[in-house]
Amino acid sequence: MAGAEIERLIALLAKLPGLGPRSARRAALRLIAKRETLLDPLARALAETSAHVRACGRCGNFDTTDPCSICADARRDHGLVCVIEDVADLWALERAGAHPGTYHVLGGVLSALGGVGPDDLAIGRLLRRVQEAAASDKPVREVILALSATVDGQTTAHYLSERLKPLGVAVSRLAHGVPVGGELDHLDDGTILTALRARRPA
Amino acid sequence: MEWQEDGIVLAASLFGESELIVTLATASHGRHRGLVRGGASSRQRGTWQPGNLVRARWVGRLPDQLGHYTGELIEAWAAPAFEDADALALLAAACAVADGALPEHEAHPKALIGLARLLARLPQGLALLPDYVRFEIALLAELGYGLDLSSCAATGRNDQLAYVSPRTGRAVSLSAGEPWKDRLFALPPFLLDAAAPVVAAAPVPHADILAGLAITGHFLEQHAFGIHHRPLPAARTRLLDRIALAASIAPAATETG
Repeated sequence: MAGAEIERLIALLAKLPGLGPRSARRAALRLIAKRETLLDPLARALAETSAHVRACGRCGNFDTTDPCSICADARRDHGLVCVIEDVADLWALERAGAHPGTYHVLGGVLSALGGVGPDDLAIGRLLRRVQEAAASDKPVREVILALSATVDGQTTAHYLSERLKPLGVAVSRLAHGVPVGGELDHLDDGTILTALRARRPA
Repeated sequence: MEWQEDGIVLAASLFGESELIVTLATASHGRHRGLVRGGASSRQRGTWQPGNLVRARWVGRLPDQLGHYTGELIEAWAAPAFEDADALALLAAACAVADGALPEHEAHPKALIGLARLLARLPQGLALLPDYVRFEIALLAELGYGLDLSSCAATGRNDQLAYVSPRTGRAVSLSAGEPWKDRLFALPPFLLDAAAPVVAAAPVPHADILAGLAITGHFLEQHAFGIHHRPLPAARTRLLDRIALAASIAPAATETG
């Protein structure tokens, strides 16, 4: 139907999140139709990303510099480290603008089913980072475990907490409870239970 | 074809971007997998957490196909365990062991009842350990590899039972097992009380729990996991590490029950 190059483009686009074979075909057609405004700039952006973007050696964030712009930012609170599963979580926290400190990307969570163990995650690097900071003039005061409220996420949080506390650093976790805009009668029992347990004086 | 039944979520893994492949333990359909459309969405993810009891409806063209699950949450047993590392370790170990040991589509209602009893009382934390060991023993019995702790394999008598044979799973008395005690498992006394209450009246030392788990681990490895060339689940190993750590850090507080 189409040339081998176009079929290859469609096959590659279909591997992207949110795109199946049909939507990949539509995206490929749009790219070809808008060669100057879409296809060429996209090709250049992809080539530049491939050539320059690397994982930060300190936190695991993706950036063109190592250390990344967040780790290199002197205005950030380097005594406050937020641990997240992946870079998508880091971007979500940055969008909210609620975290003034730095980050540490684990690269996943412990998973018995997925065969993910502690050695598969950036746990050793986090412990080394905290230990090295303790010996410097900018020690880590607090580690915030911003991991998902799932069995695997919370198992990882407990695992990290037990290894971080002996290093003399405060460890905190995100609260679990009623989401903004959430109505109680639509919440599941587990969320209501954890929200009640985490209640605070009004 | 379709059916509806209550089941315990043993495992849920992401499939694609928004779907989950969920493994349930049900009374009449045994360990059964199915695809949950939109299961990874924020609306549904809480329902399909391992350890939760759900009322599931399965639809498929043939019984051996993966099929689709829909369901609603009946008991949220996972969420209360999130705050307690010990309860979470117990939940993860119990679900992983059941998921790995139970054969697909074979009904083992006694194992399911044992698992449900355990999960319903997770907030008790490490006090549940004796019942966790009994759950693994019940699981082995359901699979056809039950331990026989009623009498000595050598003498037939039921006094002073002190060991378990790693070959037969039968108890051995103190005197009969003495010459081979290095090759036998030590039998912790709390396992001799077959009609033990749901929560043991007397505290059980961590060393006895570890001895019990060594026995069940050996037979699970031999008969349930080893035949599939799989190791015991990492979640169970982490539970054992927690118990060993608790026993070594706080000798004064090594009693559970």
